[in-house]
Amino acid sequence: MERLVFLLSTGLARGAVLALFALSLVIVYRAARAVNFAQAAMAIVPVYVAFAVTSASGSYWLGLASALVVGALLGAVVERWLLRLVPQDNPLPGIIVAIGLVMVLQAGLAIAFGPDHRPVHAPFSQRPFEIAGVGVLSPYDLFVLVVAAVVMGSLAILFNRTSVGLQLRAAAFAPETSRLLGVRVPRMVTLGWMLSIATAALAALLLVPTGLGLDPHAADVLFVNAFAAAVIGGLDSPVGALVAGLVVGVLASLVTGYASAATAPLAVLALLTVVLLVRPHGLFAAREARTA
Amino acid sequence: MPTTSSETASSKTADSPPRLEVSGLTVTFGGLTALDDVSFTVADGETVALIGPNGAGKTTVFNAVCGLVRTRRGEIRVGGVPAPSSTTGLLGAGVSRTLQGLGLFEHLTVLENVLVPLTSVGTSTGTSTDAAQEVLGTLGLSDLAAVPAGTLPYPERKRVALARALVTRPRLLLLDEPAGGLGATDIDQLAQTVRTVSGGGCAVLLVEHHVDFVMDVADRVVVLDFGHVIACGTPDEVRRDPAVEEAYLGVPVSTSGSGISTSSATGAPGREESA
Ligand SMILES: Nc1ncnc2c1ncn2[C@@H]1O[C@H](COP(=O)(O)OP(=O)(O)O)[C@@H](O)[C@H]1O
Ligand SMILES: [Mg+2]
Repeated sequence: MERLVFLLSTGLARGAVLALFALSLVIVYRAARAVNFAQAAMAIVPVYVAFAVTSASGSYWLGLASALVVGALLGAVVERWLLRLVPQDNPLPGIIVAIGLVMVLQAGLAIAFGPDHRPVHAPFSQRPFEIAGVGVLSPYDLFVLVVAAVVMGSLAILFNRTSVGLQLRAAAFAPETSRLLGVRVPRMVTLGWMLSIATAALAALLLVPTGLGLDPHAADVLFVNAFAAAVIGGLDSPVGALVAGLVVGVLASLVTGYASAATAPLAVLALLTVVLLVRPHGLFAAREARTA
Repeated sequence: MPTTSSETASSKTADSPPRLEVSGLTVTFGGLTALDDVSFTVADGETVALIGPNGAGKTTVFNAVCGLVRTRRGEIRVGGVPAPSSTTGLLGAGVSRTLQGLGLFEHLTVLENVLVPLTSVGTSTGTSTDAAQEVLGTLGLSDLAAVPAGTLPYPERKRVALARALVTRPRLLLLDEPAGGLGATDIDQLAQTVRTVSGGGCAVLLVEHHVDFVMDVADRVVVLDFGHVIACGTPDEVRRDPAVEEAYLGVPVSTSGSGISTSSATGAPGREESA
């Protein structure tokens, strides 16, 4: 019982990070109609910057802020000066460019900072609180949950309650019609990439202290699990990303706790397979296809 | 943005420039001359219908006004100045259009659909929502504001498209087959809306196959055939014009209200590309 409570609560905290990263994949999928296979590499670059800023300034918050800014800038630069030059009529060139980008970014980080793990300290204790003798969330887990909730809430308000959000949604689903109505569609695509990479960078930043530390591949497993979550939720659906991210997080935590860490990816894969067999477009996919 | 009603008083005086002035417009696609030396005007508060057989060049006129096709010769002026070529420029100049294929955002609500054109002109969210609600009210769509547009029946979808064109308070409204696919009641309501809009000083240019509707709402009719203006005048003048009868394959247009549309209405919608 104690073990179950502990695994559930840490699973929720891991799931919140997964959900955040899955949400970043959904945002970029809506903007670009493509899965960004370079998301992990693009997310880890800002984390290195945050690490450097935090070491130099001593402030975790300054590092966090710089990760968001650098993530947004990186998203804009990659979309404007790289992906916009890639033919859009079929997805393959974009995927190849993304894989090339992963190699360049990860090799660049290894050259600049070395390939080794760098231990990263969490800004709050990672020792679980004890409630009636049962270990539950640690202060850091709680911090992660709060940050994830705040960011997801803000994104929900941005997308659903603001004029820019309406333009983002209109441009994502019917770019040609949106253009005729005066929406600056290329600008919306760039903005989507900025929001996406900043969100992904935040997820990676939250993850790093709970893992082995910082290295150029530190977000790779996060990407794989978040991708599974995004597909389970329906690549189009922010709500799907949230729910599936939490479910995958809890599932991985339970399987790791009761079986082994090596079994967790298999459990996620099994869940993904079952969902895709039952609902090929994911649990929360929009019913309509995209129109011109 | 100035309201359309403030224009009414001066709209038809001779010295103010027409809201839309097309002069000598020539458009070619490769070897095909889609429009040849087309000239006409639409004044503030006036409703002009563009009719003609399928392929006559009606949609091309719309596209030229909206800067979507390159003109070979001629000039298009909006409110006395050359028409802006960008979509935002056109919106700024008070030009608004409906799309032939409706082009609704299926997954967005009716209200959100109507809000989209306001997002680019920088109106504050509160003001936008008020303006959108007002237009929805005028068109009897208030109850449907929160419904996804894709779930509505066709006549309601068509009204949403009209609401979306009206919400920017245009001074020049371009309607591409507004009556197409509508029943008699909906067409009457549409005619009423067009009259209200033009009564407020807005210039309306519409492409329509439905002749009864055209004769009902239009102050003037411009007849296109193979890219040429073959007739222009009041609905009655055009009805009696022998050249028009000839263009419509000898179908006598004066005897029956719907005669004019017979050659063009068959399969007319849908064959034309939406812009
Ligand atoms: N983008 C285009 N490229 C080539 N030909 C076109 C294009 N748009 C229209 N046309 C041609 O121009 C002529 C006029 O078309 P259109 O303006 O759509 O006619 P209407 O709307 O009166 O039915 C037709 O012969 C059509 O095939
Ligand atoms: Mg047409």
